[in-house]
Amino acid sequence: MIELDGVHFSRGAQVIFDGVDMHFGRGEVTVVLGPSGTGKTTLLRLIGGQVRPASGRVMVDGIEVARARRKALYALRRRMGVLFQNGALFTDLTVGENVAFPLRAHSRLDEALIRRIVLFKLEAVGLRSARDKYPAALSGGMARRAALARAMALDPEIMLYDEPFAGQDPVSMGVLLRLIRRLNDALGLTSIVVTHDVKEAMSIADRVIVIAGGRVIGQGTPEEVRAQREQEPALAQFLDGAADGPLNAAEDESPLSADLGLGGGQ
Amino acid sequence: MKALLNAIARLGRLFLDGAQHAGSMALFAVELAWVLIPTWSRPRDIFQQIYAAGVLSLVIILVAGGFVGLVLGLQGYNILSNFNASESLGVMVALSLVRELGPVVAALLFAGRAGSAITAEIALMKTTEQLAALEMMAVDPMRRVIGPRFWGAMIAVPLLAAMFSLVGIVGGYLIGVVVLGVDQASYWGQIREQMEAWDDVGGGAIKSLAFGAVIALISVYEGYRAEPTASGMARATTQTVVLSSLAVLGLDFVMTAFMFGA
Repeated sequence: MIELDGVHFSRGAQVIFDGVDMHFGRGEVTVVLGPSGTGKTTLLRLIGGQVRPASGRVMVDGIEVARARRKALYALRRRMGVLFQNGALFTDLTVGENVAFPLRAHSRLDEALIRRIVLFKLEAVGLRSARDKYPAALSGGMARRAALARAMALDPEIMLYDEPFAGQDPVSMGVLLRLIRRLNDALGLTSIVVTHDVKEAMSIADRVIVIAGGRVIGQGTPEEVRAQREQEPALAQFLDGAADGPLNAAEDESPLSADLGLGGGQ
Repeated sequence: MKALLNAIARLGRLFLDGAQHAGSMALFAVELAWVLIPTWSRPRDIFQQIYAAGVLSLVIILVAGGFVGLVLGLQGYNILSNFNASESLGVMVALSLVRELGPVVAALLFAGRAGSAITAEIALMKTTEQLAALEMMAVDPMRRVIGPRFWGAMIAVPLLAAMFSLVGIVGGYLIGVVVLGVDQASYWGQIREQMEAWDDVGGGAIKSLAFGAVIALISVYEGYRAEPTASGMARATTQTVVLSSLAVLGLDFVMTAFMFGA
């Protein structure tokens, strides 16, 4: 369904992706794991066509995103739902109006029908009673579920989740995990979950991709990825959450005394 | 020597930064121009922005206009009565307001009251990923967020300037005719006789239209390009007020020179 082919992307002098290949299968929940700052959000922006790769191709259902004309790109985006890191709800609209927004923007359904769809979507995330509240009055977990309902409003085929578990308490994290899995299976979606919560994400994943340092250091089913740790020390460090290892080795390369100007460091 | 070189280098950098700023604003203006007409496919969005920017600025504009009119009436009476010309108070107050003070002061107040609010709102929407969310919902933020706010501000400014002038003229009447005893008929009569519909009223209207466009452009641009951080937002709102005010005053001089210079 979604394919990355030798994608290079850099921001200024910092290389984010150094020729990565990825594949996301139709109907699967794929979890993309990696330390903070490895470009997981950039990956979603590449798929959504908000940024272009320096080289390589991003294909979504046979369409090359970076080359698509505006109309084709917008048509493609209508088939995608995105859950942003902090929900990105429109703060001057109520929860119900937020969910209705994409429907009003892209369909000519009458108000009674829109109302029903909104209630239906909010029921699916357990927020029907909060439909008249403003986003500021919601807790973090509720805001994220409301945003999920909005992302699902147009019945997308592809769902992209940007750090859905960041800053969630264990209960709302559990609720979200179950929602992501259930929605995917019930509606036949293709889901991509970007996160650094290893254990939780692995539990709902069909496939896992681990990125670090601009390249893919492990991919496959959760079991396969666990098995690859022997060959890839960085993968082992990340999965175990070890404080020392190849992932943060670069930090220690130049001695502190050099930065302090003591001269002695060689 | 080194200090001098540093100073020159800093001056150069300042100039380059300014040029870059102006260039990217020009590019933004072109991008915006493309969506200005399509924005009218949702007139309700625009009316909402006229309300937010214009109607909600009414109080400050009317109060300020009233005070400016009162002051003009007082000062004008003092000077004109030296020449036994206090019957001309009306036309003096009206011309000052319609040609200059109405468009300029209303624009300055608007930049502080509404321009900064537009910038802050857009910058916050950017910081909280609301603009990115719009894009990913296949809704163009230029059309949906930027365009209506530009139109709202641009339409509101000339209307506010006109009301500022009207209230000011009434203020001058109150102090001149009611308090200081200028003849009522000559206050209004001289205005009617000496004010030119096209040169004076038209000139003022063109000015405030131009000010409206400039403030609207600066406000939406600064918000759209704001750094998505707290300090970035603060900088953007300050920038809007400072740039708008300077642009209005500079532009006013240029336009006055063309319109009334000869």
